[in-house]
Amino acid sequence: MEKFTTLTAIAAPLPLANVDTDKIIPARFLKTIHRSGLGVHLFDTLRYDADGGERADFVLNREPYRRAQILIAHENFGCGSSREHAPWALLDFGIRAVIAPDFADIFYNNCFKNGILPIRLPRAVIDTLIGDASQGDNARLTIDLARQVVVRPSGEEISFAVDPFRKHSLLNGLDDIGQTLRHEARITSFEEARRAAQPWLPAIAPV
Amino acid sequence: MRIKEKRMSGAKPRTLFDKIWDAHVVERLPDGTCILYIDRHLVQEVTSPQAFEGLRAAGRGVRRPEATIAVVDHNVPTSDRRAGISEEESRIQVETLERNVAEFGVPYFPLLDERQGIVHVIGPEQGIILPGMTVVCGDSHTSTHGALGALAFGIGTSEVEHVLATQTLLQQPAQNMLIEVSGRLPPGTTAKDLILAIIGRIGTAGGTGHVIEYAGEAVRELDMAGRMTVCNMSIEAGARAGLIAPDETTFAWIAGRPYAPRGENFARACTYWRSLASDPGAPFDKVVRLNASEIAPMVTWGTSPETVAPITGTVPDPKAEPDDAKRAQLSRMLAYMGLAPGQKLAEVAIDVVFIGSCTNGRIEDIRAAAAIAKGRRVAANVRALVVPGSGLVKKQAEAEGLDRVFLDAGFEWREPGCSMCLGMNPDKLAPGQRSASTSNRNFEGRQGPGGRTHLVSPAMAAAAAITGRLADVREFL
Repeated sequence: MEKFTTLTAIAAPLPLANVDTDKIIPARFLKTIHRSGLGVHLFDTLRYDADGGERADFVLNREPYRRAQILIAHENFGCGSSREHAPWALLDFGIRAVIAPDFADIFYNNCFKNGILPIRLPRAVIDTLIGDASQGDNARLTIDLARQVVVRPSGEEISFAVDPFRKHSLLNGLDDIGQTLRHEARITSFEEARRAAQPWLPAIAPV
Repeated sequence: MRIKEKRMSGAKPRTLFDKIWDAHVVERLPDGTCILYIDRHLVQEVTSPQAFEGLRAAGRGVRRPEATIAVVDHNVPTSDRRAGISEEESRIQVETLERNVAEFGVPYFPLLDERQGIVHVIGPEQGIILPGMTVVCGDSHTSTHGALGALAFGIGTSEVEHVLATQTLLQQPAQNMLIEVSGRLPPGTTAKDLILAIIGRIGTAGGTGHVIEYAGEAVRELDMAGRMTVCNMSIEAGARAGLIAPDETTFAWIAGRPYAPRGENFARACTYWRSLASDPGAPFDKVVRLNASEIAPMVTWGTSPETVAPITGTVPDPKAEPDDAKRAQLSRMLAYMGLAPGQKLAEVAIDVVFIGSCTNGRIEDIRAAAAIAKGRRVAANVRALVVPGSGLVKKQAEAEGLDRVFLDAGFEWREPGCSMCLGMNPDKLAPGQRSASTSNRNFEGRQGPGGRTHLVSPAMAAAAAITGRLADVREFL
């Protein structure tokens, strides 16, 4: 996983609530067995018309937002499916941070596993940032994860919260599995105790 | 006795969620993140290939294959499958899973096995899911299994890999939410209507960060299929999981299933399962109360499951919405759905009916739809599909003659899978087509690009198939 430390980039405004994972990446594009290559299908129905042409009114089809690395949206971003194809598609497009009032839980979690930083900020702050993001080439925000601040084009700093564990993993690009396996002895003793206490737990027969 | 009293007066009362959580914490990290032990991992073809690839790249194996079960459901055609899958990408995904389960030794129900079906139908059906377990799957509707009193939630592919490698997950505890439903559901009103009414009330983000426990008379009265329908759509309310305390209905349903414990073991298990119910006075962070007797058959009119109304209702007018952003979004929804403000829902004509999915693809759902279809005919110009949730559901329905009921009425009787719930296989809506569907999501393009979805119960779907429009099933009773 790529580290996330600081990012200064174009921010694209997407002032929609309940942007669901089918909207981020429709199910018909989930037939891949790879993680990469999904960026071209990101927001497929919002981005393209029925003939596959770009919709001029969609933000990511306009300059400078084609180069956006930050996305700002309304409430409940990423609701719906658990498909990690949603953060994969965002990442493949180039998005490294999403800012919204709140996120659906699974999507929020999936972002951290892929080096994407989801930032929760109050709706009033989101409206201000959407104003900033609407300034075209000047729509640059800086995100400093170590200091937990978003820096507006004006230089004003806005603090955000993030779990210490997730922050640490993101700052250092750490693999969760490697971290968990450091506790393998505990997992083994837990399993043994559990087998003794609940002998009714069945094993599923092999193929 | 004294010990018991002492414990009761000394221990902090806990919820069902707290008890399952506490029983699975392997290690608590300094910031409160927990390494949570996972008892059951359900694997399907869409969200697993990259996870197995990750294991391979890191030289890791599957820690507990015997706690894992794989099946193909999302991609598979629901027509005759003996000749294989013709769509190349779908076939590759299925073949990739088959290679992975063979390489890593994971138990698997192949496509032509009668136990194949939707992952959330087959798990409980086989007795693989039991009360008090932690259950995960790379699919948000894993919340279904909460109906058995198991803590079950959907995960992304990175977490699928994490569970395969470690049999654990890194998790922060959720908050507790109680939804208490008093009274009884009126005739013609089902578990589906109940959960749609709940989502309409609390919204699609109403449960975010929470595990919802459903309780109250109306929930206790539900059969296991109904409980699974309710818990299944917890994710549509934004909840991490849904839970219903295991009771005698649960135990009777589990008894005798292929992987369920037997004899002495079953009795011991029941004793433990009975202890899982939330303690009196256990604290909930959020409480919502509803009266089931006030609920009518429901239908969604928009492109979010919270946009729902009784079948006797009308399409709302965006002009009545004071917030600019919400008004614009509402107008967009109605334009997408091809509906006009004030239009009566019971007058909306439909093109397709889909009966099936992990929400409503169980034998009880098939029976409810068949009861309405029996002796009637599907309206002209309506295509109606019945897709059983598993091979065993299909077999049972055929043993009861329900396939004949549907076929005689002009429905299609198909092979099991996720099918038109998400249109990853050939079962899709064409652009502009409108469905009455027993599935769980009415998002834009969910059932096919440009398709328009109205979520309903199985009986309501059958009534829509017969009348050719969204219809009040109570007129058929």
